[in-house]
Amino acid sequence: MNKPIRTVAVFSLFLFLALMLNATYLQFVKSGSLNDDPRNGRVLNAAYSSERGAILVGRTPVARSVKVDDEFQYLRTYPTPFVYAPLTGYFTRGSATGIELSQNSVLSGDDERLFLPRLVDLFSNQAQRGGNVQLTIDPDAQQAAYDGLAALADGVRGSVVAIEPDTGKVLAMVSIPSFNPNKLATHDFTASAEDYERLDADDSQPLLNRAIQQRLFPGSTFKIVTAAAALESGRYRGPDALVPGGATFQLPQTRGESGLVDNEGRDCGSGEITLRQAMEQSCNTTFAQLAIDVGAEDLLRQAEKFGFNSTALEDLPGQAESVFPEKPNPPQLGQSGFGQFEVQATPLQMAMVVAGIANDGVVMRPYVVNQIQSPEYDAEVTDPEELSEAISPETAETLTEVLVSTVDNGTALPAAIPGVPVAGKTGTAQRAEGLAPYAWFVSFAPADNPQVAVAVMIEQAPGREIAGGQLGGPIAKAVMEAVLQ
Amino acid sequence: MSTLDPAVQGFVHRRRRGAELFLLLLALAVGVGGYAAVGLGVEDRIPPDLAGYGGWLSVLILAAHVAVRMVAPYADPVLLPLVAALNGLGLAVIHRIDLGYAADGRTTDFAQKQLIWMTLGVVLFIGALLILRDHRVLARFTYTLGLAAIVLLLTPRVPGLGTSINGANIWIAVGPFSFQPGEVAKVLLVIAFAGYLVLHRDALALAGRRILFVDLPRGRDLGPILAMWLISLGILVFQNDLGSSLLFFGLFLVMLYVATERPGWLVVGAGLFFGGALAAWRVVGNVQNRVDIWLHPFDYYRAPRPPYSDQLVEGIFGMGWGGLLGRGFGNGDPTRVTYVESDFIMSAIGEELGLTAVLAVLLCYGLIVERAFRIALISRDNFGKLVCVGLASVFALQVFVVIGGVTRLVPLTGLTTPFLSYGGSSLVANWVIIGLLMRISDAARRPLPDLESAPADDESTQVIKL
Repeated sequence: MNKPIRTVAVFSLFLFLALMLNATYLQFVKSGSLNDDPRNGRVLNAAYSSERGAILVGRTPVARSVKVDDEFQYLRTYPTPFVYAPLTGYFTRGSATGIELSQNSVLSGDDERLFLPRLVDLFSNQAQRGGNVQLTIDPDAQQAAYDGLAALADGVRGSVVAIEPDTGKVLAMVSIPSFNPNKLATHDFTASAEDYERLDADDSQPLLNRAIQQRLFPGSTFKIVTAAAALESGRYRGPDALVPGGATFQLPQTRGESGLVDNEGRDCGSGEITLRQAMEQSCNTTFAQLAIDVGAEDLLRQAEKFGFNSTALEDLPGQAESVFPEKPNPPQLGQSGFGQFEVQATPLQMAMVVAGIANDGVVMRPYVVNQIQSPEYDAEVTDPEELSEAISPETAETLTEVLVSTVDNGTALPAAIPGVPVAGKTGTAQRAEGLAPYAWFVSFAPADNPQVAVAVMIEQAPGREIAGGQLGGPIAKAVMEAVLQ
Repeated sequence: MSTLDPAVQGFVHRRRRGAELFLLLLALAVGVGGYAAVGLGVEDRIPPDLAGYGGWLSVLILAAHVAVRMVAPYADPVLLPLVAALNGLGLAVIHRIDLGYAADGRTTDFAQKQLIWMTLGVVLFIGALLILRDHRVLARFTYTLGLAAIVLLLTPRVPGLGTSINGANIWIAVGPFSFQPGEVAKVLLVIAFAGYLVLHRDALALAGRRILFVDLPRGRDLGPILAMWLISLGILVFQNDLGSSLLFFGLFLVMLYVATERPGWLVVGAGLFFGGALAAWRVVGNVQNRVDIWLHPFDYYRAPRPPYSDQLVEGIFGMGWGGLLGRGFGNGDPTRVTYVESDFIMSAIGEELGLTAVLAVLLCYGLIVERAFRIALISRDNFGKLVCVGLASVFALQVFVVIGGVTRLVPLTGLTTPFLSYGGSSLVANWVIIGLLMRISDAARRPLPDLESAPADDESTQVIKL
């Protein structure tokens, strides 16, 4: 009987070998991919209960982990909730947005750039600590933008973006209405879920970062792009180049009221006027004709050089692409020339346009993360990066002069800062019949040595009349002053 | 009785009880150390009842050792330490799970109950060694034990006595305790099979036909195998218990093969089993679900409606999370897995103690099984051989099916992990299994009575008739 016993014994040995191999496969080979499964509650809980790095503005945290006495040990808190919420996002068990999401590996300490400190922690038997993320935000500009926008009216919806033209640093990014991330980050998950439901269901979309996640008709602010394309075409030269004007313009292939462009009573001469006057008076007739004159292809190319039809910011998730239509027909092209038809832009995109002009025609890639800091405060600073040479320095200089005139003598007067040359442009984007228009304002200052470029977008301000630069201008001015001081 | 090799015949096993004591101390260190580590890891303190707990565990284990010294001095010295280590580790992990449940707001005293069951198990272990001085006595009760096993298997179906837990009708409720009669039936069946096969092996082995190089058994000898097949299928269909069904049938096949030395039985049996299993898979929803979940566990994870794979997937996540060295006691989250204290205790070990501990546990199981086969090899009587083979096989199959199920090597079936899982019936039955193995190994290793010793002098070898 011993032969079959030996056979069975050997067979049993193989059963145990199979079990051991399978356990090794599961716990060693597959371990990593199992831990990466987004549904793995253990990993989520562990991430949730570790000391996460702070998000800093300057040296002040706008998001940090505070030690608490419950099973998760650390509570994520946001000291200045509404002002910075669109940037920081929120961090709760199993979900994160904004910087909390995009810089998660740094904040959690998993990032390979934090390998050395992690090794030190491992050997000194400390729990892994996260690295800090310092933002490019200028706290004064951010606060000025938030206060200015919030002060307009109850129920205001809008956004402000400010960029440092020569680096692409985002100095301010505000979106209103905002939310309180502390309520989402609470360890009371029922309350957190309820608050999320409430925010998610809210018509005013408080969780939306309007600066990058919502695109709207840029209206007259887009005329800057049209002007740039016209100047780049070489057919027009200097701020006083003669461009087509006139009180009305019938779009090609159209007849009657619907195809008739007018200037809402502003003085756009008749026949030819200077580019300066066209910009000062925000002449729709001029820019419709310039767009047709330049052609769909060149205007598209110019818009794309400024960043349309792509996303440039890499530090924040969920960006919307600004769009310029690929193949508009002539009447559509005419409307596109003054930022209507299907042209849509995010506030960040319009800030990039003016920042590019301010930076001698070079558009820098916008960024929000200034540096990441390991727990021992070794910093790795982000290097500015050139995105594109959108226009020549001459074109930039011409446009700057035209836009300064627009502030000094034209529609953009509310942004004027005494003693500082400011370049700016208003925009009022028409929507469907019966809906209030969007108000835009873009500017940069000082015009001779630009430090800051701003875009203000006001989607709605109940009770306030949206016209020209009346609402946006003072906000842009406040932000620019905050940076310049 | 198979003839002994002359070399083996001249070899006399040593008792090795000192080695056993030393290994038992190591095993105690695992049990008591594990208990202390749980306290330190989960509550940041040495458990206040460590002395009492450690003392009780030591008393149990030393009592078993002393009993072995007294009534089975030649028994295998490795089995008891292996079992003591596994049982001690199991207790520590169950205590850890109790603390985990407490943190989740659920009060359990699994560890305490398990210690009581372990006490009962050790008492039965000692009792088996004391009462059963010669294992061959058991062969007399072949049919009684077989009948008892079948009655036990049927009890869960008795109204008022049987309870259904987790879809399987394999439990009976006695007061506050639930009991799995199948665990006891397992041991009885092994003895009954061994008794039957010892008597009928020649008929089963010699008669038959050769078809395609395989010796197939005679038609009339198929009776018992068909009966066993039907019983296994009955367990599967009426008790919804794939694991036990596989266990009993596999056990029977292996013993049949060993008794007759004819692989043909394996072919016939495997064919019958897979045929039956395939039919069951088509007909029984529970079996289908288990196979689906085995193949695509992540598709059924947090599924909107049953079947769910949450238990399996959480267990797998836990083991992956544990990695090579584990998170350490108190740093994992084993109670995310339902029934982690019983069927899924390996996932708790994998999560908090890592692959290292899982491999160590598997090694212990492997050693127990191979020691048992070794006892079968050296056993001097066929009944003893068959009982050992049966016990070793049932143990190996059970470990394979349950750990393979938890680690997704085979479809999940509801079986307990021997000595580790919380569960009285299983623990007690397994201690009795070890008791039987010790008894048989004592008989196998004991030096032969000095009847045949041949004096060196040729002349004095003559038999003198008085």
